[in-house]
Amino acid sequence: MDQDKLKERITALVPEAEFEENKQFLTAFIPAGKLHTAAQNLKEAEDTAFDYLFCQTGVDMTKYLMVVYHLNSTKHGHSVVLKVKADDRVNPAIDTVCDIWRTAEFLEREIYDLLGIHFNNHPDMRRIFLDENWKGHPLRKDYKDEVNIVEL
Amino acid sequence: MKEVIHTPVKALEEEEYHINMGPQHPSTHGVLRLVVSLQGEIVKSLKPHCGYIHRGIEKMCEKDTYPQIIHLTDRMDYLSAHINNHGVCLLVEDALQIEVPERVKYIRTIIDELTRIQSHQLWWACFGMDLGGLTCFFYGLRDREKILDIFEESCGSRLLHSYYTPGGLMWDIHPNFQKSVKDFIKYFRKKIKDYDRLLSGNIIFMERTKNVGHLSKEDAISYGITGPSGRASGFSCDIRKHHPYGVYDKADFREILFTEGDTYHRYIARMDEMHESMKIIEQLIDNIPAGDFSAKMKAVIKLPAGEYYQRVETARGEMGIYCISDGNKTPYRIKFRSPNFSNLGVLDHLSRGFKIADLVAIGASLDFVIPDIDR
Amino acid sequence: MKEADFLDNATLETFKHTGGNVLLTTIDDVIDWGRSNSVWPLTFATSCCGIEMMAAGASRHDFARFGIEVYRASPRQSDLIVVAGTIVNKMAPVLKRLYDQMSEPKYVIAMGACAVSGGPFYYNCYHVVRGVDHVIPVDVYIPGCPPRPEALLYGVMQLQRKIKLATIADVKRIQK
Ligand code: SF4
Repeated sequence: MDQDKLKERITALVPEAEFEENKQFLTAFIPAGKLHTAAQNLKEAEDTAFDYLFCQTGVDMTKYLMVVYHLNSTKHGHSVVLKVKADDRVNPAIDTVCDIWRTAEFLEREIYDLLGIHFNNHPDMRRIFLDENWKGHPLRKDYKDEVNIVEL
Repeated sequence: MKEVIHTPVKALEEEEYHINMGPQHPSTHGVLRLVVSLQGEIVKSLKPHCGYIHRGIEKMCEKDTYPQIIHLTDRMDYLSAHINNHGVCLLVEDALQIEVPERVKYIRTIIDELTRIQSHQLWWACFGMDLGGLTCFFYGLRDREKILDIFEESCGSRLLHSYYTPGGLMWDIHPNFQKSVKDFIKYFRKKIKDYDRLLSGNIIFMERTKNVGHLSKEDAISYGITGPSGRASGFSCDIRKHHPYGVYDKADFREILFTEGDTYHRYIARMDEMHESMKIIEQLIDNIPAGDFSAKMKAVIKLPAGEYYQRVETARGEMGIYCISDGNKTPYRIKFRSPNFSNLGVLDHLSRGFKIADLVAIGASLDFVIPDIDR
Repeated sequence: MKEADFLDNATLETFKHTGGNVLLTTIDDVIDWGRSNSVWPLTFATSCCGIEMMAAGASRHDFARFGIEVYRASPRQSDLIVVAGTIVNKMAPVLKRLYDQMSEPKYVIAMGACAVSGGPFYYNCYHVVRGVDHVIPVDVYIPGCPPRPEALLYGVMQLQRKIKLATIADVKRIQK
């Protein structure tokens, strides 16, 4: 499927989706509430078949937190990027996709660890790299740690 | 006659108990900790605990310029150091739309393939050692030294080179480069037969690896298992074929694909990859065009604001670099999609129901580099 | 390295205790000779430097030639811990415990810039211990990122010289 068709397909699925222009991949902002159903549909439908989540990234955009999903279809060879915002910086939460793509289980734990985004319904939502009693989430832009960080 | 008491054995069989493998354990290849639930000798489930070498490279990169980031990517997957460097260089070159000289592309491709071979040699050495064949360790590392010599001659160091820079290479290759590479190929073609004789056809080895740790194609895709491990399950994921970079489009090579997906085929996939890599090198080594070893670059590299994604095929699978730039000389956010991190996720799935000794074989066949998991 | 150069930096030997009786010094010599030529390192490698340590133990460099012999997988059987690689905050307690489990006399080599001082991860990094000497006492520092296997060999030889200085008269002091 080429980009225009994919765009139509996603608009039909999630009417609220906003698209970003001039990107390497087709990029769509999806409202957090619709993520799980949209992802499930994109994976299971014959014509899209996005079965391979090759990258999942948490980003701190200072105003909001964002999770970026890079999807690829091994059958058709097309790719799409989904972005989901979490507005609440104190208790951000997004639905998990690890029942759809198993690789997300660890990736989501990493995002939780480093950015503090909680994933609802995740089977094992713990920190993965840092200690359980570590304070703060280091990849946030406002993370301060006078003890451990030596600034250059 | 006194009756033999069976109760302790029974208790062992019925009760589930947990053992800790690592963080300091020779067969986890670094500081990985696995908490294994066992029933008798059978693995019931397994929980990897990582972070014992989490160095926060992604956070550091936010304060570093792009040429500096190259030095950090070396230290993630140190056995594919050149290929990681290549990823960052391609990211910068694509974003700035720099055309690198043809000579650079050839040299980079050849060196990438040499890196792949040396990584697989070390993997083979450790795989043999994990299964109890210490000889493999010495054979593998003996041949690896030959490649390190070539690297040392041209790049100036043995393990972490940072030889690629955005736009080209740090300096030109050594005049001896072509000759030493050709010598090596001739040498290694002979030696790789030893590898097969020692391990591939060994009956004990086959008993321990065949039909152990089966991974289906659907699971491989869902878990994101790339590289030789994924291809052994039939997941066609070779970035060199699907999104060619360097001069892979000019070389003729086969993507190694199997459908069985057990430990033995993950092994064979890597062995075959070494042959393919040698084939690629042989095709390219005589055709390195003359020219500059670097394109003209500005002193300060600033990527235009936007998002970039670049993927390369390391010795362990697909490495992706996702970079968000806000137009400064340092990235706003950079994420490394490391192949090992995804591969680790499948370990629990693969080892359930097998003996704990098989867990070692399965883990070795996935070829972990722990700092690449933790970054 | 030529032997003359090696002998040239002989300052270490000046620390050797002089005095003591003939019996004690002879026993010392025998014990130190034995200890220094059968150093058993622990298989402990956290990252990149570990590969160079493996290379030092394998075919070409073969540090068994110098009496630093088999890698032991258990700290209880080893005398030497080569800290090859970065130590992060989560790993530091584990390293301390490994060190505590080793039996006396025990030695530590800090291999690589990371183990010496934090190395490339000194600045802007939230999870790296800046030098293992914050955690355990170090006998020999080997700089480099990664140090070549030859550098490790040299470091081990320095350690052997250091071991040769020990006297059993000190044992009680060490054990306290
Ligand atoms: S000193 Fe360099 S080579 Fe050694 S562990 Fe640190 S980063 Fe790796």
